[in-house]
Amino acid sequence: MRRRTFLRRVLAFLTGWALGGVARHSAAAREGRGGSCYGMGIDVDKCIGCGRCMQACKEENDVPREPYFFRTWVERYTVKRDGSVAVQSIGTATGGGGDGFTEKEVVRSFFVPKLCNQCAHPPCVQVCPVAATFQTEDGVVLVDEKRCIGCRYCIQACPYGARYLHPERKTADKCTFCYHRLVRGLVPACVEVCPTQARVFGDLRSPASPLTRMMRLQKIHVLKPHLNTEPKVVYAGLDGEVR
Amino acid sequence: MRLGWFRRGSRGHGADRAAGSGAADPKCPRLSGWFRRRRWGDPPRPRHVPEAVARLSFVGVLLVAGFVGLRSVLPPALKNKALQQAAALEREKAREPKYAGAHACGECHGEQYEIRRNGYHRNVSCETCHGPARGHAESPVEVTPPAPRSRSFCPTCHAYDLSRPVGFPQINPIAHNPLKPCITCHNPHDPKPPTVPSACAACHAEIERTKAFSPHVLLDCTTCHSTPEEHKVTPRTARVSKPSRREFCGQCHSQDSKHPDTPKIDIASHGEGYLCWQCHYPHMPELE
Repeated sequence: MRRRTFLRRVLAFLTGWALGGVARHSAAAREGRGGSCYGMGIDVDKCIGCGRCMQACKEENDVPREPYFFRTWVERYTVKRDGSVAVQSIGTATGGGGDGFTEKEVVRSFFVPKLCNQCAHPPCVQVCPVAATFQTEDGVVLVDEKRCIGCRYCIQACPYGARYLHPERKTADKCTFCYHRLVRGLVPACVEVCPTQARVFGDLRSPASPLTRMMRLQKIHVLKPHLNTEPKVVYAGLDGEVR
Repeated sequence: MRLGWFRRGSRGHGADRAAGSGAADPKCPRLSGWFRRRRWGDPPRPRHVPEAVARLSFVGVLLVAGFVGLRSVLPPALKNKALQQAAALEREKAREPKYAGAHACGECHGEQYEIRRNGYHRNVSCETCHGPARGHAESPVEVTPPAPRSRSFCPTCHAYDLSRPVGFPQINPIAHNPLKPCITCHNPHDPKPPTVPSACAACHAEIERTKAFSPHVLLDCTTCHSTPEEHKVTPRTARVSKPSRREFCGQCHSQDSKHPDTPKIDIASHGEGYLCWQCHYPHMPELE
């Protein structure tokens, strides 16, 4: 074989191999895009702060009854006339006045439900030293409680404060979008019980899901966009004061 | 331990060679003699491996063998991250939900489901008020979800709170018809404020609004007033009647009345012969 022929054949082989690789990769990417990608929309203007979502979440997911252990929680933002902002996490039982404010002091006040943002680039997954927290194919971030060593690194890393250490299991715990309900075709418990439909659940990739519709019709924000975590929990009617 | 390379500059070759030769005890040659770079004129290296090196390599071989052996013995689920995560995912999927969803309720309780679906509570799931009911859906007789009837339940959503969105129906739980459970007046599956007939409210809207917050809210206008049809055409000439006897109010408020929760007085001695409505405004009677 002449040297020139040899080089030509090697070049042809390499080109074919590379093209095949690219094609395989893009096919895999297309396959990945075909699955669902769950997200939640929260309409701040509809939340009445009744705390039913927190109760239902505790019931559904065996979250400890004691206060301060929440997979989802509701914050009351109160913007006062002097420009200061008070943020209170409301208890499971609410109702009644605005916790120590008179109406004359308050410019505006509203409730913001919060939960794990199921980030597309989750800092908690990045920092876990034993790979106990991971992303499923449909974008939900889960914790493998058998693998977790309870080092609390993820709790520190989460910019949204969505994780807590389960006091009995001593492992990190957080919202799973009620993954066991999703696979049975049900919506998460907090969405199920929300009396005002302030929470909307759906598939971000399906053009027919209620979430996609909400995102089409409303102006959408996410929490802490500068951190580039790409949250899958989106907010409509979010005030600039919300952090 | 004496290291030849370290002392090379300071002592010179001769001394170094003497130190590194290990000629004194051929069974235990100095390590520095083994590792030192050979130079011209050095004695040949000892033929057998020094014992310390042999021991170390034995330990090393043991460690490697142990590691490899353990890895082959361990089940793949302990080594493979993908397998572990798949197992965690399966565990997560296997958890049983506790909230059944409103559609499951509608399969048996079709009537209430339909009523609710057409009322103001159409977006409120059954389990929002009745609690998680999947157990009830599976064994309807053994497990029954609670039906909250107490007055403290509805204000969870409907008590006035300044953070609640404008337009959401809210009441003051202290002033709003005290002592009555909400479900006396409001059907929770189809909540509506109790209404005065529009024929009356068209002119007497103030009375309508007042009565809506009074203990007499449940009484129809016609309980106390006879309303002739002509009153709508000529209100001044065809008047509605008012109660003309104390015994009329006494039906509920006298001491021998059977009504369970009204304030009772002695009709004969109370009020010195005035009619009741001359002192008490019936559309908003005071509690005292």
